[in-house]
Formats: sequence, structure tokens, C-alpha cells
Amino acid sequence: MLPRFWRKIKYRYNLIGSKCKNCETLYYPPRNICPKCRRRGEMEELELWDEGRVISYTIVHETSDDFKLNVPYIIALIKLENGVIITSQVVCNPSEIKIGMKVKPVFRKYGEDGEDGVIYYGTKFVPAD
Amino acid sequence: MRVAIVGVGQTKFGELWDKGFRDIVIEAGIEALEDANLSGDEIEALYIGNMSGGRYLGQEHISALIADYSGLTELHIPSVRVETGDASGGSALREAYLAVLSGMYDVVIAAGAEKVTDVGPELAMDIMASTADREWEGFVGATLPALYALIAKMHMERYSTREEDLAMVAVKNHKNAINNPKAQFRREISIDTVMNSPYIAEPLKVFDCAPISDGASVVILASEEMARKLTDTPVYIDSIVQASDYVALQSREDITTMKSVVYSARKAYKLSRISPNDVDVAEVHDSFTIAEIMAYEDLGFCKKGEGAKLIREGETEIGGRIPVNPSGGLKACGHAVGATGIRQAVEITLQLRGDAGKRQVDAEIGLALNIGGTGGTAVVTIFRR
Repeated sequence: MLPRFWRKIKYRYNLIGSKCKNCETLYYPPRNICPKCRRRGEMEELELWDEGRVISYTIVHETSDDFKLNVPYIIALIKLENGVIITSQVVCNPSEIKIGMKVKPVFRKYGEDGEDGVIYYGTKFVPAD
Repeated sequence: MRVAIVGVGQTKFGELWDKGFRDIVIEAGIEALEDANLSGDEIEALYIGNMSGGRYLGQEHISALIADYSGLTELHIPSVRVETGDASGGSALREAYLAVLSGMYDVVIAAGAEKVTDVGPELAMDIMASTADREWEGFVGATLPALYALIAKMHMERYSTREEDLAMVAVKNHKNAINNPKAQFRREISIDTVMNSPYIAEPLKVFDCAPISDGASVVILASEEMARKLTDTPVYIDSIVQASDYVALQSREDITTMKSVVYSARKAYKLSRISPNDVDVAEVHDSFTIAEIMAYEDLGFCKKGEGAKLIREGETEIGGRIPVNPSGGLKACGHAVGATGIRQAVEITLQLRGDAGKRQVDAEIGLALNIGGTGGTAVVTIFRR
């Protein structure tokens, strides 16, 4: 069986999103079609790797099998300096996380496809200061 | 032409260990046929809301399977499964409504069914997470409660909504469920019960989350002309509107409002020529307590940001200005995923007919809101007696 998540590796590892050449809106995750311009739009790939701030967060205590060894872990919505919003894990002590906290992206392991499966990597965020 | 509900049926929601998928669908179906006083021969088509038969049961093609085991096999009628996450029931109702409205059929069934508890809680959590974006939300460990927790946190930050306000939603819905014999949890809880329950995803605790439930529900729809022959108490579907939105929260401008709800509600009010103030009773999708607070706002029962005030002032209790979830809602009646949208239609029908027993609300116009995932789909239905 093929691993479930591999086609978007490039976009996950480097935070590559899309920019619409027509309306200049940035999108992450990347999109093939601009939802504002539709056929008038034209998308190009753009690296969005940037620092940002936590705009909302949660500390997860109960989860699915894939993540249960990681609890408690932090999921946050992060607004990057370039305006793009990303859903990501934040790696820090759960007592430290707060809204407005400055964070920066790092390359980290997310999980694996069962005991014998491939390891999944992606972008997480850590405190910037 | 108008479309009427002429019969309703529902199993108890909950952990139905001793009953299989086929059993619960048939139980609800027979109750609905008896309610409508039909033999079954009159049914011309089936629309079945079911989110994930494939993952819960390893059974796809449940459309034909249900027609088969419901004794309708030799009528050879069309049967279709409808899937829009946990709004599948609401969407099945809409497809059935459109089928009658088109003039093609006079009597059709809209059903919803899900057998959930055969899988363990971790797998159930994973399956529910598939109503959000698997590739960009599920991948990072964002479960459905985690995503609603992000919404709740931002709502609390922006509008000073408190965890106690969320708890009040669960308390109200549990209280209502005491008088619903089909409900999963028929016991009163206190604010402390909710506040002292462990966190699932902060700020959401065990008692902020609807349970996972087995259950089936069925409504029988008929053309106005046929309905007049069948019953003295038809309940009309005045309008039913479905809308979609970005599936992932990160793609939305503002996660403290669900645009799919705002759009579908606005259009439904317009089609029914009513305002939110005209709604006498509502069943809304409280898969998490924050979702009920946001539903008050997005449906226009109060201004944006004032949802917590509405629950604090008791306006959504039975006896209040706009009773919400007299059945107990998803929180206490149970959330049988694909069955929920039809279960809401059953409740509103009973309420408008005056058949809701001890939880009866005085109502002429009812509303149901069924949501898929975190609002990727919303279905709003306006009912009138």
C-alpha cells in the first residue's frame, strides 16, 4: 500500500503555497484555482516560510490512534507575517502558549503510517523569542 | 406545489449493542409508515443520509441494501445514499424534497442512519476528523474537537464568551432530553458536572461534546395533494437551503462565524418570507456547545457575539423566547452522524403537530440546522404546520 500522504511533501516541508497573479491573494495550502477570480485568475507557486503569531490554539488531550502518544499537544492557527493562516502544531510547554505569541516554522516529524510505514514530516512552529 | 411530511419514525439514539444497522433502519422505517398509515407500496424512492458506512461497517452500497431489507426489494424503486459529512441527513431530506417538488414522485422516504459504536473511540475520532480536511488539518493532528476548540477559543477571546456559557448549553440540552424517550442521555447535569469534566481539547471538555451514537430516523414526504388524502396534520417543508464553505478553518476569513449557516439561513428566510423572529422552535447542530452559541448568532436569533447572552438569559430554554433543541439536541439526544439531520426533522414535525409530549413548545414555524464538519456544509430547513 502506498503511504497516504506524499504528494504534497514539497508544500508541507517548505510551506509552499499559491499566489493568484490576478488578485495577488496568497493561499496556503496551495490551490489550483483562485476562489476569488476563478477562470480570470492564474496561480503561481510561492514559498510562504515566515514567522507569525498564534491567533487561536487548543491543547489536545484526547485524540485518534495516530496521535495518542503525543498528548497533550498544541494545535494552533498561526497568522504569518505575509497574512497567510496555517493550522499547525506548536512545540512548547502547554502552559506557555498564548494568543499573540510570536512563533517561527521548523521542520519536524508528524507521525508514521503504522509501525512499518513511512515517517511523515512537516512544518511545526516553535516560540520565536 | 408544497411538500409535506406525513409520517415520522426514529429509533432510540445511543449505544445500541444488540441491534445491527439493518435492524435500526427498519425499526425507524416501520414507525414512520405506521405514523403515516401507509402499507409501503406507495413509496416511490428512497434517499438515505449516511456518512461513513464504509468505515464504520465496511459496508458500501447501503442504498440498495436498505431498500432490500426494508421489504421494498420487489418494488424495484431507486434508492440513493447521500453524503455531506454529518449533514448527510439534512442533505438527504433536501434531495427527497426536490424529488417531490419536481413532480416526479408523490411519496418518497428521506432516511438517515449510522451504526457508529462498533468501532472504538479512537477510530471513531479519526472517522469524524474526516469531515474536516484530512490532508491539511487531520495530518497535523487536528481532530474535530480540536478544530471546534480553535473556534471556541477565538469566540471567547473576541466576544468574552466564557467556558461557563458553553456549559449552560449542555445543561439546557440535558434537561430537555429528560422528556425525550428517544434520547441517549436522560438525566440532568449541573454546570459543575460540565466544568469538572476532563478536557478533550481545551477549552472543550467531555460534556461540551456530543456523544457518538447509533441511530436511525425516517420521514415520509408527500406532495400536497397526496398529503391531504393521507393526514389531517401535515407539516410542510416551507423551504430548505444547503450551502457550502471552505472545508479547512485556515482558509476562512473569520472562524467565529459559519458562512454556510449565514447564507443558507438568509436564503431560507427569504424563500419563506419570514425573519428570524418568526421562528418558534429550532433544532440546531450542537455537536459541540460552541456550535450552538454560534448557531444563535449565525441564524439571526441574536446579534453576532451575543450568543452567550442568549443562553445566560434563558431565552433558548423551553418556555423562553426561542426554544432551541427541545429534543436534547446532539449533546443529549445523541449524534448518530448521518441520522441527525432527519432526527431534527422528526422533532420539529412532532413539535408542530403538537405531539411532543412533555417537551411540547407552542409553535407554528420551526427551523432545523444541520452542519457537516466545522461548517463545510450547512442545511437550513423551515417547517410550517
